[in-house]
Amino acid sequence: MAEAAGVAAESLAGCRARAARTVLDQVVLPGEELLLPDQEDGEGSGGAGERPLRLNAAARSRGRVVCGPGLRRCGDRLLVTKCGRLRHKEPGSGSGGGVYWVDSQQKRYVPVKGDHVIGIVTAKSGDIFKVDVGGSEPASLSYLAFEGATKRNRPNVQVGDLIYGQFVVANKDMEPEMVCIDSCGRANGMGVIGQDGLLFKVTLGLIRKLLAPDCEILQEVGKLYPLEIVFGMNGRIWVKAKTIQQTLILANILEACEHMTADQRKQIFSRLAES
Amino acid sequence: MKETPLSNCERRFLLRAIEEKKRLDGRQTYDYRNIKISFGTDYGCCIVELGKTRVLGQVSCELVSPKLNRATEGILFFNLELSQMAAPAFEPGRQSDLLVKLNRLLERCLRNSKCIDTESLCVVAGEKVWQIRVDLHLLNHDGNIIDAASIAAIVALCHFRRPDVSVQGDEVTLYTLEERDPVPLSIHHMPICVSFAFFQQGTYLLVDPSEREERVMDGLLVIAMNKHREICTIQSSGGIMLLKDQVLRCSKIAGVKVVEITELIQKALENDQKVRKEGGKFGFAESMANQRITAFKMEKAPIDTSDVEEKAEEIISEAEPPSEVVSKPVLWTPGTAQIGEGIENSWGHLEDSEKEDEDEGGNDEAIILDGMKMDTGVEVSHIGSQDAPIVLSDSEEEEMIILEPDKNPKKIRTQTISATQVKAPSKKPVKKRKKKRAAN
Repeated sequence: MAEAAGVAAESLAGCRARAARTVLDQVVLPGEELLLPDQEDGEGSGGAGERPLRLNAAARSRGRVVCGPGLRRCGDRLLVTKCGRLRHKEPGSGSGGGVYWVDSQQKRYVPVKGDHVIGIVTAKSGDIFKVDVGGSEPASLSYLAFEGATKRNRPNVQVGDLIYGQFVVANKDMEPEMVCIDSCGRANGMGVIGQDGLLFKVTLGLIRKLLAPDCEILQEVGKLYPLEIVFGMNGRIWVKAKTIQQTLILANILEACEHMTADQRKQIFSRLAES
Repeated sequence: MKETPLSNCERRFLLRAIEEKKRLDGRQTYDYRNIKISFGTDYGCCIVELGKTRVLGQVSCELVSPKLNRATEGILFFNLELSQMAAPAFEPGRQSDLLVKLNRLLERCLRNSKCIDTESLCVVAGEKVWQIRVDLHLLNHDGNIIDAASIAAIVALCHFRRPDVSVQGDEVTLYTLEERDPVPLSIHHMPICVSFAFFQQGTYLLVDPSEREERVMDGLLVIAMNKHREICTIQSSGGIMLLKDQVLRCSKIAGVKVVEITELIQKALENDQKVRKEGGKFGFAESMANQRITAFKMEKAPIDTSDVEEKAEEIISEAEPPSEVVSKPVLWTPGTAQIGEGIENSWGHLEDSEKEDEDEGGNDEAIILDGMKMDTGVEVSHIGSQDAPIVLSDSEEEEMIILEPDKNPKKIRTQTISATQVKAPSKKPVKKRKKKRAAN
């Protein structure tokens, strides 16, 4: 299969493959081929001064390039499988070649291993709970996958409760499995989410934006009221503030943040802070 | 897909919020969401948006024979469909309960209230009447389907125009849209459904419930009224016990709401009428504002056209002259003809068959196509296309053997797309023949 893909790439690509560097932050469409930096030197039309064989350390460090969501390896190039903007992250410690991925927008969640999600318990059957995570199948969660749970000491989980956990098995052919403990056996914030509060759904892109390390929205929101908030990578957010009015305001602000510019947001926050 | 289950925490939160008279989107207890009505280019087509709930309505008409026991009345059909794009839980087999309930309510609201004058739909008593069909499609489900659907139905009916008919003695003339302007339907009044959701065994009430609120409600009361404060239909579901004064209060609220909605509908219809009369642009594409985030509009890229003429002349001078188009269909027998010559038969030697040349003009009348016959060109041709590859075409015409009395039967062969030099000539006559077939 890889061979056929390789052959197809060569026959299709020809003049269509572009250097990944030149299309950073631009919109790419499914089916486009991208050349990695170390390949484009070799493929270039032999510009003066470029030598295919390099002995300096810079070439060595361009080792492994990580191919993120929306991209797929196709022979020795990257094939775009989702439409969106191409992003790149430089390697932190100098090893590897950085990460490339496509920032796309969607509402429907597909379970991915390692994602932390908010699920709703739909059924209790024997030793496992069935948890709806918004994917095509409900995930299964064993009752022993909670901190401090033993056969005698079962966790107190009812049908309809909210659970924050992470996936240990998630591929498109099997039903996903999730747990509420990390690899050391500690809860680390996961488990059953409290009774009150409001759960609402947003797009996946907004969640990623809000969870980015330098997101100002969360800091500004935190200055408004004391609140508890849980983000699930499946597009679900759980919010709790002191009063119902405040919770509703927070929910509406977070939903609206997707389509507002930074200025409009600052205006709204300042108006809220006054009242 | 199964519906996303409602978690306990959501249910608790919503009920507590309703007790404090707060709704998720900040509305008051008796507030409706924003209603937006837009019309399509055809008469009778409209989209109604009630918040995020969208319903598309389309009215069409047909002349049929009337029902036996109602010989002088037209026929009305109402049909509401829940499209799969409206909600993930709507699947082809799984929506029956909700669908039946909504359809029944709509029928009662529109048919039994006699809002449309069915006597005016009669053309020839006992023989021909108009059958009016209203099709509603739910495009997005965000609660309160019935209100949006009833508004869409009545708006589409008011907007619709049927072709004009005149009866003189025994002669009935149906005018096309070009001959005479189409005529609107005769509508007496506009019944509109208003929904009330009840919570905590009838203690709290909300008008126009959204999808989340519908999930936690105990019961639903639907009142269909017109602006003259006449109740057309009233239905209570969910099995809650309602007190008499509650129902009376709801009917008063419904009266107020219906007047507002009817005004909105009239204004929308008038606007559309004005735009059409003045010759402006109308239709769904025009009703979407350009600045909306969901409107796809690319900025016009500035194009430099200063040297277009020189470029065009350059291209023309460098181009080769087009190949000669030789279109000479050859008629074998009435019903079969041949275009082009095909390429060499690769199945083996066949005897040479003669070609009969006829003039082009005669072919237009003489070719009578019956069924799906198409000649297969099996000639040993001496055009230089002997090396051209034989490509199996995917044409939908069937080939049949043509038996000629004075020749050997030709073999069936799939029609070949021969080399390019005969392709151009054969294209034109093929198109002519296809049109003739349609006319037949």
